[in-house]
Amino acid sequence: MTAPALSWLPPAGPGWAQTLRALTHPDGAWDALMALATTRLDGLMTIRLDRVLTRLFPTPPAHLTTVPIRLALLGSSTVEHLAPALRVAALRRGLWLDVRCGDYGQYATAFLDPALVAYAPTVALFALDSPNLLGGLPEDAAAVPAWHTAAETRLRHAWSAAQQAGCHVLQQTVLPTALPTLGQNDHRAPGAPATAIAHWNHRLRIMADEAGADIVAVDTHAAHDGLIAWHDPVWWHRAKQDIHTSAAPMYGDLVARVLAARQGRSSKALVLDLDNTLWGGVIGDDGIEGIALGQGSALGEAHLAVQSYARALARRGIILAVCSKNDDATARAPFERHPDMLLRLPDIACFIANWTDKATNLRTIATQLNIGLDSLVFLDDNPAERAIIRRELPMVAVPELPDDPAAYAATLAAAGYFEAVNLTAEDRTRGAQYQANAQRDAARADAATDMEGYLRSLNMELRWSRFDRLGLTRIVQLVNKTNQFNLTTRRTTEAETLALMHDPAAFGLQLRLLDQFGDNGVIAILSGRLHDGALRIETWLMSCRVLGRGVERASLSLIMDEARRLDATSLRGEYSPTAKNGMVRDHYATLGFVLTAETDGTTQWTMPVTDPISPPPSIRVTEAQ
Amino acid sequence: MTQAEILTQLTELFRDVFDDPALVLTPETTAQDVPGWDSMAHITIVVEAEQRFGIKFRTSEVEVLHNVGDFAALIAARTA
Repeated sequence: MTAPALSWLPPAGPGWAQTLRALTHPDGAWDALMALATTRLDGLMTIRLDRVLTRLFPTPPAHLTTVPIRLALLGSSTVEHLAPALRVAALRRGLWLDVRCGDYGQYATAFLDPALVAYAPTVALFALDSPNLLGGLPEDAAAVPAWHTAAETRLRHAWSAAQQAGCHVLQQTVLPTALPTLGQNDHRAPGAPATAIAHWNHRLRIMADEAGADIVAVDTHAAHDGLIAWHDPVWWHRAKQDIHTSAAPMYGDLVARVLAARQGRSSKALVLDLDNTLWGGVIGDDGIEGIALGQGSALGEAHLAVQSYARALARRGIILAVCSKNDDATARAPFERHPDMLLRLPDIACFIANWTDKATNLRTIATQLNIGLDSLVFLDDNPAERAIIRRELPMVAVPELPDDPAAYAATLAAAGYFEAVNLTAEDRTRGAQYQANAQRDAARADAATDMEGYLRSLNMELRWSRFDRLGLTRIVQLVNKTNQFNLTTRRTTEAETLALMHDPAAFGLQLRLLDQFGDNGVIAILSGRLHDGALRIETWLMSCRVLGRGVERASLSLIMDEARRLDATSLRGEYSPTAKNGMVRDHYATLGFVLTAETDGTTQWTMPVTDPISPPPSIRVTEAQ
Repeated sequence: MTQAEILTQLTELFRDVFDDPALVLTPETTAQDVPGWDSMAHITIVVEAEQRFGIKFRTSEVEVLHNVGDFAALIAARTA
């Protein structure tokens, strides 16, 4: 079992315990404790920190700028072990939080207890386990809906009592601990507990929206971490802990981030480093042709995923900024000219690339954006830069990043810096993207019945250009790594490709496919040379991700144009079989070429050069400008 | 791992759990002997021991730990 880890926080240094033990007086201790809490705490460290926290701050510190929280933790089973993690996670966000646990299992009637009412809680957190919830679930399918309605009504009454007592309500979703009896199609069993939990978790979200309550989504996190990381049957049987004690630090953080969001304490801006963060490589050394970015290279796609997530955040209202050690013009070049960049200069509210230290630049960014430094999240692959910012500007959130950029976006998301409890009116006006998603889903749904209509609805544009220096790396890479849709599997070098670019009797084309959902990047490479009046196709390859879209015929129309330009009398194609390219064995036959020779499985094909060939009606073919 | 080595590591674990660098464990130490060793601290000790020794106790085992000696013997059997 792996406990859910606070993976975005830096590991605690060797002096952690000593620093903690040295804190014996409240003066200055709050900030010091906050710093200690902003490390990758496990369960035991959380308890140790909490012990000092509760000793030094039984009441809120005098200068606290946030609203103190008194939280009533109302569970259907054991919840006491979650209290230290709630206090410590609140501290991590600058919140002072006190916890009072309701009597065991008495969540429904908690506010009938005068002692709890006298405590005057400001937040009520309902934590229900599935055995409690599913008590009385009927086996008769017809009775299940009424049972759900009654259970919902009971919970609504409990929320309502809390709200009348002045509490904001948090409702934890239910961990899916019930076991199926039918298996994967368990939903067909009348009164299936697992199905009831899924339904309940769905309904909880709707009910929360109606009642103004907030959700603590432990079900989502258990799906990510594995249920066993959150719920261990041993400790359920032993101590009636629905949430495992090792998961407490993460549980506390999930609760605290919602509480912080309710106080407007979530981060507002994402500050991005460039080299090896937004793209692979160093723009100043590698140049715009040399950086890894975009479709086709795994590393390039990983960095593109970072951009994609940043853009998604921007669309729900997070401000983007750039902070990079680079010459300004060099740093801006990819935003202006690299065809695969998702982020463009208009997406960046504040762009700072210079050789000043990053702490100074982050201060400038905060000033220019008119937000506090504690509203900034700084994403940088360089551990040294991260360490400097944490030391110089401890109020800036600096996620610890894993070695592999493929995990950058997920780490940023896991940190929960941008937790939001609703979208503001301003956010909602940026709804064009959501509409596009809905349209895509609709298009896919229709595709099953109307392929041609689907292809037309994709609004495809095949944008071609001749080989050029900007595309050189990508061209060579595609030629050398494409195995499946590759007629000749002929490999090449940059030098050979450059030679072909300068050969007046040859052609080389790179094809980029755009559709209504975005840019698929360069997806096909075509090249050939004149040979005895015939245009011999030396390379014809395509990315499998655009199979079945009619790109093959559109490519043929481009080759035919080249043949006419070069005054060729015929096209010659060759299929050379390998272990992996069987899928294109009939490629030339399908396109109407005639077989002229066959040797050891290698086939030669020809087609006369005639009038131009039309691309499929669903694809617009354009020349890149 | 010998029982003595386990006892040394357990002592360190208990010192962390109870924040008491002077805490001394013997095989005869029971919950009554250590201030703060309540049911919640007990769970912390068992879960922490599982992590540090890389083992997983059975439900039946965590029920019947009478003293530190029992605990060390159980760990010894599991890590053998």
